[in-house]
Amino acid sequence: MLEIKDIEKLAKLARIELSLEEKEKLLKEVDPILGYVAQLKEVVSVVGEEKKAGELRNVVRNDENPNETGINTKNIVADMPASQDDYLKVEKIL
Amino acid sequence: MIDLINITIKKAHDSLVKGEYTAVELARAYLDQIKKFDKDIHAYLSVFDDAIEQAKKADEIIKSGKAGMLTGIPIAVKDNILIKDKIATSASKILENYVATYDATVIEKLKNEGVVFLGKTNMDEFAMGGSTENSAYGPTKNPHDLERVPGGSSGGSAASIAGNMALVALGSDTGGSIRQPASFCGIVGLKPTYGAVSRYGVMAMGSSLDQIGPFGKTVEDAEILFDVIKGQDKMDSTSIERPKLKVESKKLKIGVPRDFLKIGGIDKDIIINFEESLEKLKKLDHEIVDIELPNLKYSLAVYYVIVPAEVSSNMARYDGMRYGKRVSGSTGIEDYFLSRQAGLGREVKRRIILGTYVLSSGYYDAYYNKANIVREIIKEDYKKAFKKVDVIATPTAPNVAFKIGEKIDDPLQMYLEDIFTVPINLAGVPAISIPSGTKKIGAKDLPMGIQFIADYGREDKLFFIGKNFLGEL
Repeated sequence: MLEIKDIEKLAKLARIELSLEEKEKLLKEVDPILGYVAQLKEVVSVVGEEKKAGELRNVVRNDENPNETGINTKNIVADMPASQDDYLKVEKIL
Repeated sequence: MIDLINITIKKAHDSLVKGEYTAVELARAYLDQIKKFDKDIHAYLSVFDDAIEQAKKADEIIKSGKAGMLTGIPIAVKDNILIKDKIATSASKILENYVATYDATVIEKLKNEGVVFLGKTNMDEFAMGGSTENSAYGPTKNPHDLERVPGGSSGGSAASIAGNMALVALGSDTGGSIRQPASFCGIVGLKPTYGAVSRYGVMAMGSSLDQIGPFGKTVEDAEILFDVIKGQDKMDSTSIERPKLKVESKKLKIGVPRDFLKIGGIDKDIIINFEESLEKLKKLDHEIVDIELPNLKYSLAVYYVIVPAEVSSNMARYDGMRYGKRVSGSTGIEDYFLSRQAGLGREVKRRIILGTYVLSSGYYDAYYNKANIVREIIKEDYKKAFKKVDVIATPTAPNVAFKIGEKIDDPLQMYLEDIFTVPINLAGVPAISIPSGTKKIGAKDLPMGIQFIADYGREDKLFFIGKNFLGEL
C-alpha cells in the first residue's frame, strides 16, 4: 500500500506540484492499478526470468548536414514563454 | 450539392478531375458542415482559415492535369501531429499556444500530394485515454448519439468523418486510439505495423507502441491514405521500408481466439454481432479456425506498466521552459513544478506518477522488467498463431460507445475498454477496425466493429479481408 508521503516523493521526482486533493485522489487511483499489474509477478514466476526483452534496437543516423544556422530561430523563439535577444529567458538557477 | 455522406477519395477525385466540382467547392462544403454541426460535436480544436487557399492551389494542380489521387481531398489531423505554423496543443493546456515549427513527415508527404488540411482534431490529452474526455478543451461527442463518447484517444478524427466534417483523417494509436474510436463511430481505422509510418513530428506518448494511421469511411480510403504516408524516414529511426505485398489467396484462414473472448466484461450483443460477422466471413468462403493466444490476458497489465514508464520519460520535456505555458515561481526549479501542475491534466499526471514509480530503483525489476518479459511471451503467441492463420479476428471493443462521464472516475474500468486493441500494439503487428453493424439503444443505432489482425507488414491482408467484408471488392 502506498501512502501520501510516497505520492509526494514521486511527485517531487517527476517535478510536479500537487495539491492535497490531487495527492489523495492519486493515492486512491494508483493503488488499484498497481494491484492489477502485480499479476505480472506470478506470470513471470511461471515462465522464468531467462526470457529477455528487446529484439528491436534503435538505428541512429549520422549527426551531419545540420540546418543552416538561424533559419528556424524566429519561429522557435516565438514559442518561448520568455526570451531576450533571441535567447531563452529563465529564472536564476543558482 | 456534393453528397458528403457517400463520398470516397476515388469518387471525389473523379469529380474533381472531370470538373463536376472544384476543390474549393468541396472544401467549402466541409467547412459549412463544420460550421453547422461542430458546435455540438466538437470534433475540431482548430479549423484552418487558409483551407480555401489550400483548395485554390489544389485546383491549379488539377487544372494543370497533374492531380494525384489525394489532390484537393479534405483531411482532418489529430492535434498531436505537427503542421508547420499551426497551433498543436495535443489537447493539453501546457501547449495552449504552441505553434509547430516544422511539418511532421506524414504532413510533408500529404502536402506533396496537394491535400487540403481542414483543421486539427480533438483528442485525449497527449493521446492518454479512450474517450476524448481527457481533452483540456472539453469532450468530443459521438455523432451517432451526442450523449456518448466517440472513443479515444483519436475521438475528434473519428467524429469528424462520422459527422461528414472531413473525408479522411489521421490519428495515432498506442493501445487502440485509432481502432476503438473507429468502432464507436462506425468507420474504418487502421493501426499499421510498428515502424511502417514515420513518427517524426508526432508528439511521443508510448514510444515503443505509438503509430500514426488513417481513418476513412471505406477500407479503400484508408488504404490510399496509408500508401501515401508509409515508408522509411531518416528522421525516425524506428521506421522501416516494407515491400507492398499482395494477398496470395482469396480464401483466407481466419483465427479466432475463443478463450480470450470469455474473459468477461464483454457486452453479449457484441459477442452476438461478432458471431454473425464470422458467419458472414464463412459465406464469403473464408475458413474460420479456433486458435489459442493464452497470454493475451496479461496484455493490459503489461500495457499499464510500459505505457506509464514511457510516458513519464516522454512528458519530461513539457516543463514550461522552451515552449508552452510557464507558471513562474521564485526559482527556476519551482517554475517546473508549477508549470507542470497547471499545464498537465489528471490522466497525464496519473501516468507520470505511476511511471515514475515503476521505473524507480527497487521497483524497476518488479514491474518494468517483468512487463517486458511478458510482452515477449505475448509476441510469441502471435508468431505461433500466424504460422497457422492469415488473419486473427476479434471484436474491436468490448462495448459500444459509453455515456460521457460514465467511466471517467474509474481509470481501471476505462483501461479495460482497450482489452482487444492493446495486445496488438505490444506485439507491433497491424490491425484494422471495420464496421460490423449497430446495436439499438433507445432511438439510437450505436456502431460496433470487428478487428482483423495480421502478421508484420501484412496490411494487404487487412485491406483485402476488410473490403471483402464490407462488399467493396
